[in-house]
Amino acid sequence: MSLGQRVSSDHQLTRLLQIGVVLEEVVESRAAHHLDSLPPAERTAIDEEIRELLTEAAEESADHRERLEALIEDLEAETVAYEEINALVDAQYGPPEDTDGVLYDQLANEETAYKFYDDLIDAVEASDAEFAIDRDRLLETLYEIREEEKEGVEEVAEIMEHRA
Amino acid sequence: MNTADQYLKAIYLAQRIEDGPASTGTLADMLEISPASVNEMIGKLEERGLVEHEKYKGASLTSEGIERAHDSLQTYCIIERFLANVLEVEEFRDEARALESVIDDTVAERLDTIIDRPSECPDCFDPERDFCEHLEVGPDGCAD
Repeated sequence: MSLGQRVSSDHQLTRLLQIGVVLEEVVESRAAHHLDSLPPAERTAIDEEIRELLTEAAEESADHRERLEALIEDLEAETVAYEEINALVDAQYGPPEDTDGVLYDQLANEETAYKFYDDLIDAVEASDAEFAIDRDRLLETLYEIREEEKEGVEEVAEIMEHRA
Repeated sequence: MNTADQYLKAIYLAQRIEDGPASTGTLADMLEISPASVNEMIGKLEERGLVEHEKYKGASLTSEGIERAHDSLQTYCIIERFLANVLEVEEFRDEARALESVIDDTVAERLDTIIDRPSECPDCFDPERDFCEHLEVGPDGCAD
C-alpha cells in the first residue's frame, strides 16, 4: 500500500496516463451510445443543443486521448485500442431513461475526468522524480486538458440549469 | 482514495485476518509505515467516531467505519480488476497498491462501467491473497 499522493516513477506515470486514455475512451463511447440509445421519437425531438454537446464531447475526448497517447508513446508504452473499450462499454451499457439521464451521465463523465486530471497534476507536482518526458510538457498538457474538462462541466451544468 | 480511507480499509482487512481487533504491528506492516504513525492516525479516526481502540488489543471499526471501509475496499477491487482485466497488468496487486492513493472513488466508479464485477463485491475479497477470489489469475498470483 502506498500512502500519499505522488507519482514516483515513469512506470506509475505511464499507468496513470493509460487510465486517462481509457477514461476518455469511455466518455467517447458512452456519448455515442447515448445518441443511439434514445428511443426514435425522442431521438428526433432531442434538442439540437444536446446532440451538439454529445458530438463535441466525443470529439474532445478523442483529442484528449491523442494528446495523452503522444506522451505515452514517448514513455515507450502502449494504450488500449478504442475498439476494445467500446466493446466493453457495449457489454455493460445500460441506457439512461431519458434526456435528463443522458445529461447527468455526461456531467458525471466531465466531473470525473476533471477530478482525475486534477489529482494527477497534484501527484506529479508533489513528486521530485525525473521522468523520461519533459515535466513542463507533461504538466502543460495536463493543465490544458483539465481546463477543457472544467469548461465541459460548466457547459453541461448550464444546459441542465436552463432545462430545469 | 485518501489516507484515512486507506487506513480504514487496512483495519477492516486486518480484522478479517486476525478475527478480532487489528493490532498496530499488523497495520504498520500492511501500510508500510511506523507503528507510531499508525497510532497517531488511529487516534484521529477514533476522534471521528470511525474506530474504537482498546489498549494492548488493537483497533476495531465502528459501524460507520465499517461502511466507509467497505466502500474503500470496493474502490480497491475495481482498481485491481480494471488493471488485471482491461490493462492486462500482470503485477496488478502491486500496481493497485501503488495507485490507490491517486485514484478517486468517482474515477473508480467510471472504470466500473466497463468491468464485470461480482454482485457480492467486496465480500469476495480474499485478505490473505490480497485480491478477489473470483478474479482469474495464474498459479503465481499474477493476471494471465
